[in-house]
Amino acid sequence: MSIKVDKEKCTGCETCVDTCPFGAITMVEGKADIGDQCNLCGACQEVCEVGAISIEAIEKEEVQDKEAYKGIWVYGEYRKGRIAPVVYELLGEGRRLAHKLNVDVSCILLGYELKDKTRDLIGYGADKVYLVDDAILKDFRDDVYGDVLTDLIEKHKPEIFLAGATSIGRSLIPKVATHLNTGLTADCTDFDIDLEKRLLLQTRPAFGGNIMATIVCPDRRPQMATVRPKVMKKMAFDENREGEIIKVTLDSINIKARTRFIESVQQVSDAPNLSEADVIVSGGRGLKDSKNFGLLQELATLLNGAVGASRGAVDAGWIPYFHQVGQTGKTVCPKLYIACGISGAVQHLVGMQSSEVIVAINTDPHARIFDVATFGIVRDLFEVVPALTKRIKQAIGCE
Amino acid sequence: MDIIVCIKQVPDTGQVKIDPHTHTLIREGVESIINPYDRYAIEEGVRIKERYGGKVTAISMGPPQAKEALKEAISCGVDEAVLLCDRAFAGADTLATTYTLAKGIEQIGRFDLIICGKQTIDGDTAQVGPGVAERLDIPYVSYVRKIEFIGNRCARVERMMDDGYDILEMDLPALITVTKEINEPRLPSLKGEVRAASIEIPMYTAKDLGIDINKIGLAGSATEVIKIFPPPKKGQYERIEGTLDEQVETLLKKLKELGIINIPL
Amino acid sequence: MDYFLTDKQKMIKNLARRIAEEKIKPKRAELDEKEEFPWELMDILAKSDLFGLIIPTEYGGFGGGCFENCLAVEELGRACIGVATTFAASGLGAYPILFYGTEEQKRKYLPEIASGRKLAAFALTESSAGSDAAGIQTQATSSGDVYILNGTKQWITNGGEAEVYSVIAMTDRTRGARGASAFIVEKGDPGFSFGRKEKKMGIRCSSTRELIFDNCRIPKDRIIGREGMGFIIAMKTFDEARPGIGALSVGLAQGALDEAVRFAKERVQFGKPIISFQAIQHMLADMATLTEAARALVYAVARYIDTRPRDFSKVSAMAKLFPSDVAMKVTTDAVQILGGHGYMRDYPVEKMMRDAKILQIYEGTNQIQRNIIGQALNKEYGKKF
Repeated sequence: MSIKVDKEKCTGCETCVDTCPFGAITMVEGKADIGDQCNLCGACQEVCEVGAISIEAIEKEEVQDKEAYKGIWVYGEYRKGRIAPVVYELLGEGRRLAHKLNVDVSCILLGYELKDKTRDLIGYGADKVYLVDDAILKDFRDDVYGDVLTDLIEKHKPEIFLAGATSIGRSLIPKVATHLNTGLTADCTDFDIDLEKRLLLQTRPAFGGNIMATIVCPDRRPQMATVRPKVMKKMAFDENREGEIIKVTLDSINIKARTRFIESVQQVSDAPNLSEADVIVSGGRGLKDSKNFGLLQELATLLNGAVGASRGAVDAGWIPYFHQVGQTGKTVCPKLYIACGISGAVQHLVGMQSSEVIVAINTDPHARIFDVATFGIVRDLFEVVPALTKRIKQAIGCE
Repeated sequence: MDIIVCIKQVPDTGQVKIDPHTHTLIREGVESIINPYDRYAIEEGVRIKERYGGKVTAISMGPPQAKEALKEAISCGVDEAVLLCDRAFAGADTLATTYTLAKGIEQIGRFDLIICGKQTIDGDTAQVGPGVAERLDIPYVSYVRKIEFIGNRCARVERMMDDGYDILEMDLPALITVTKEINEPRLPSLKGEVRAASIEIPMYTAKDLGIDINKIGLAGSATEVIKIFPPPKKGQYERIEGTLDEQVETLLKKLKELGIINIPL
Repeated sequence: MDYFLTDKQKMIKNLARRIAEEKIKPKRAELDEKEEFPWELMDILAKSDLFGLIIPTEYGGFGGGCFENCLAVEELGRACIGVATTFAASGLGAYPILFYGTEEQKRKYLPEIASGRKLAAFALTESSAGSDAAGIQTQATSSGDVYILNGTKQWITNGGEAEVYSVIAMTDRTRGARGASAFIVEKGDPGFSFGRKEKKMGIRCSSTRELIFDNCRIPKDRIIGREGMGFIIAMKTFDEARPGIGALSVGLAQGALDEAVRFAKERVQFGKPIISFQAIQHMLADMATLTEAARALVYAVARYIDTRPRDFSKVSAMAKLFPSDVAMKVTTDAVQILGGHGYMRDYPVEKMMRDAKILQIYEGTNQIQRNIIGQALNKEYGKKF
């Protein structure tokens, strides 16, 4: 344990007690005492006005030759003939970072009988595209994909590696990072570069979205991160951009395949996928009954959007779980989120607060949902939603 | 079938509120609970044991209070529990955590399957499961929503994807991380509670595990948190007033101006 | 208030409360609306070992007594007494076997009831024999190595859902109440069938049916105790079980009080929460006082019963009579405090009020309880003076 409180300096002001996100600090005989829950995050050190708290810097051995690592890699998640939309966002962000570091952005695609997407990838920001096209990569498996990716990273040594925080990215990349013995930051929402130290500053929501943390990986390479879809901006498509295409063969790679793919089952739903929808109309306990979700559905359909729900509405059994937005449901980031009769529990806000525009409709002007709203209407949703629907129908001429 | 379930004790983030003035977390009255996703892991482990026989061992890394979480696991049907507890473990990122957990699992010994929740609600990284598997050099499948069958040498599972699910087979021993869809966790039983109340949970320190002190805790972490700050607060929202019709009209107009909707008004 | 529970008792209470909060509350309105038997919840109670609460450990139970049962039933009743009644009725069906069964009968039936694999039920009431238990018409005729049962039992809780039934039938009509005997009848026995599920005012998720015996043949060894002991077995079962109804009542009253106080704190009229008005405060104060008094009585009687006294009919009747009247009053007042909201099905108190009425009726109407208490007084004072 390397955190210390200088009892001489500590004035007992208790600022650190309130600040500690892990509740590890208590007052013992009027002085701060740091307990076992301490995660050494440094929040207390930062707020202590008298500098009584110190965290000993631990001498870490320089494990790698950092200089050997150059360039930014983006994992080109590819499945069923389609590049995941987040890849283009990552290329856009990758370019922005690459510009600061004065390096190249490479995209790496794994699969079998890959459809030619290189034009798109280059046009959206890739300088190099690595193509690994092999029958063994026909279907996604963590072990096979992981071994291939690990090998290529070891050979080509990028300094930064980004992947989408999708269900594939969040599963595959931890294996690669662990094997490479390097750091991985999950679900990043913002990046910057510390040019002096040539470090990637990775910001992510932590502790259920209640706080933001900026994380660095100082001594090991590559610096790896997964990134939430729909947060980063892709760049405008430039059809004149040029790039290099590098085909990679698997001959020299040692692959340990201990999982076998059997089949893939598509679950079709008529409504747009909640995580990909541009518009979400969401309902909470204020809906009062399952049948009232029909009102939201009608509005959502008009806006070509999907219907979401708070945990309260799902727990009440009004709507199935896969509509749930929030910490224990889906994290969404649409262009427009209309929250109807949702009070705005932290657990819900975490899942939707990064939406571009949030409209809150609630009878209670003090509801937490208004804290994250762009626009608010303090009125009964049973008045507002039908009126909105009616007005839109009228405008698009289907009334 | 010998099963190891990895669990973590976390603050109930659902209860956490933020002080509107200081923007810090109000921790008072926030309970420590078993990470909700880990409850599904516990239940799945116990169900497999009930069906095929064997033993379920729960393992956790955390402060001494984390024993409570392990005791609850026992009251829900887990047979044995182990706590990895040492101040030297503190401040670990997922890289250091997976090393410590893997060492603890090696200490437990033989197993056929390790089950983890898909992620924790305080860290939300989903990295520990795959990381532990890599450390132990065993195959894994994440986001498992169903175990179709489990035999002596292999298991067939359904893995959630963003657009449906994949069916995969894996050699055992292996690790899976599970989602909410996999089962409905039971509550404790009276007999389980009685057992939990009397059982002594062994605690292993770094020394007990004989591990490389440079690979654990803050020292063994590849990442460092350099700043913690409250989420950017959106500016004051714009309250739209007027009659119902006026409110609707204004809202739609504003959304259109922002290019959010494209409707001829 | 601290009732000085042991660690084990606290464990039982906490576990039952957790089940009530997490599992029963979210389901109760739907179960009531659909009149659906709560199998899923019975399964949860079974997995938590609660069905074994009153069964001795040697038969796979938890070895608790009347008091432990009351603690669990109270907490379950706080969420829904339809579910809690279904649970408690299985215990009622088990008591005759537990108190008077042979070793073989105990070994055969109690472990299955304790694990919740099988539900039990108790069958006494008939169309012409309710409060007057001696008017039983169902006949059990001895014939070779079987008994043949004929007759119909009415309003049997868990009827049709339970696997094991403790049935009171006449073996010798000439002897009146002393001619009654108790039998174990299993679902599936030849000649044993069920009537339709009754439509009830309250506790609508619980199952209430007729049991129809049409030349129902059961082996001789299914008799509980000896011929002629039926009435004693029934009375002893009720004596043991009545505080459980009291506990259900306390739970229900507490549940209604919880709702009423919560509502009164939130509901604003004339610019203030209505709890700040004395008219409301006094109502709540009476509700709380009655509920606590009922709880204290139930706990005291249940603890007394667990000391295995010889005769406890009087206090057992008191522990049913008072709490069930309290539950009726408190739930009615809760509806009053919620006003128009209380009358709507969107809020739980209207269901609580409908549910409460049965507590004054089943397992001996409150009039019969008063008879029992009155008769006991007569006997007691007869001795003393």
